[in-house]
Amino acid sequence: MTSQKNSRRRFLQRVLVSGGALLLSGCDQLSRSEWFAKLLGSAERLSFAAQRLLLTRKAMAQEFTEADLSPDFRSNGTSNPDNPEYQALAAGRFADYRLQVGGLVARPRTYSLDDLKALPSRTQITRHDCVEGWSAIGKWKGVQLSRVLEQVEPHASARYVVFHCADPMDVSGERYYESIDLEDAWHAQTLLAYELNDVPLPIKNGAPVRVRVERQLGYKMAKYIMRIELVDRLDHIAGGEGGYWEDRGYEWYAGI
Amino acid sequence: MPSHDASERGQTAWYLRHAWPIRLMHWINVLAFMLLLMSGLQIFNAYPALNWGKSSYTGRPPILQIGARMDAQGNPVGVTRIFGHEFNTTGVLGLSGRDGERVRRGFPAWITLPGQQWLAMGRRWHFFFAWVLVVNGLAYIAYTLASRHLTRDLMPTRSDWRSIGQSFKDHLLLRRAQGEADRRYNILQKLAYLSVIFALLPLLILMGWAMSPGLNALFPGWVDVFGGRQSARTIHFAVAWLLVGFAFIHLFEVVVSGFWNNLRSMVTGRYRVADEEDGHD
Repeated sequence: MTSQKNSRRRFLQRVLVSGGALLLSGCDQLSRSEWFAKLLGSAERLSFAAQRLLLTRKAMAQEFTEADLSPDFRSNGTSNPDNPEYQALAAGRFADYRLQVGGLVARPRTYSLDDLKALPSRTQITRHDCVEGWSAIGKWKGVQLSRVLEQVEPHASARYVVFHCADPMDVSGERYYESIDLEDAWHAQTLLAYELNDVPLPIKNGAPVRVRVERQLGYKMAKYIMRIELVDRLDHIAGGEGGYWEDRGYEWYAGI
Repeated sequence: MPSHDASERGQTAWYLRHAWPIRLMHWINVLAFMLLLMSGLQIFNAYPALNWGKSSYTGRPPILQIGARMDAQGNPVGVTRIFGHEFNTTGVLGLSGRDGERVRRGFPAWITLPGQQWLAMGRRWHFFFAWVLVVNGLAYIAYTLASRHLTRDLMPTRSDWRSIGQSFKDHLLLRRAQGEADRRYNILQKLAYLSVIFALLPLLILMGWAMSPGLNALFPGWVDVFGGRQSARTIHFAVAWLLVGFAFIHLFEVVVSGFWNNLRSMVTGRYRVADEEDGHD
């Protein structure tokens, strides 16, 4: 009886010790294996489905008051694109800036900054939540993306709106890009913003135009937008995951 | 539930203390909580500060901030600032790792998942096991209600409340219950379990949801009830450590009231009741 008891205890001891070791070293190996990263990523689809079930297109992100504004809206990621074309546009105070809108649309067209400002605008004070954990509150003015979509008339086959940006992210010259689906694209608070806190959008915050997707995290809100493309799939663009950070393991749906 | 067992020596009684669903859900919870804690600290390290309010830039300094700086001699030191008081935490918080290869980071590599700084992977672990924790928790609540485990074993009785003073004394003196009393949870144990199940874990999960910009839009403004998104992040962090505190006290009690007997009962279900006369297991 005693020896049986001892062997049982030894077994449990071994389970505990090896369990602990597995946790500490095994998890890091699991993180690097493709199948396990994919398995963990399956929770993303679950979260996405759950949030889409709960949130209608009408569900609005919270809006704040002037009293809540952050004293300085911090810049993150690129603060000044290392791109000669962009620098030339900036030197001319973006007078020559032309936003191209195309892809799966009936009427592709380009917009100057003045064209965008001539469209009805929306102003909103919202909270910007970075994936790193911090939040900042800013006042954005811009044209609703839906106004632009109405003008270019997306084909029925279009499923995503892709934002191509001016900022190179590394020495290879790969530029930032992002994508959202039409559910978010048509949302009332989704803006092509050209003003922050009552002044023209500063370069560090994405001049001349950045997107606001208020129900998602900051990395979805691409800065320095040069071209908007409507597509039916994302796998043929860059790394195929729908965004610069998505290609590096971050979730495409950034509602959490 | 207690099935009396003829025992191998005298008065010793064995019974099935934990039904298999409870045992299974307990260990799933242990695994999920540990992974959530470690991946949570990985996520925390991406912005190793805690604020109170709607945003991180309110003009007020953070409640807690972990970082690294140079000291007067020009050597890097890890510093933790809590409510304006600064502490040197070199080696653990702010600056950690082996000598010669010290790295600036909030929490050290041995407690984060993954070990290296890797926010995207930390988030994957965190949100996968968050679902595990929530589904497991809901299954647990459903089971405890359906099996009447909740009303029969966890809800304090009137005599429990009357014994609260005695229970405090027993805990401080590390005195284990004997005989019939050892078949039941004591009042402090019941209160600890109930507060973890119905207060701390739900609050932890709710504060996790409060950080989601998507779920913020469900009822715009609901997060302000807790002071805003950054307050929610601070509460999430604090509650996680309260649960770690609970886990340590829980483990301590498991050890002092008969480690193998308790561990066996949570693995196989079988528990040996303390004899009236023989004291500690």
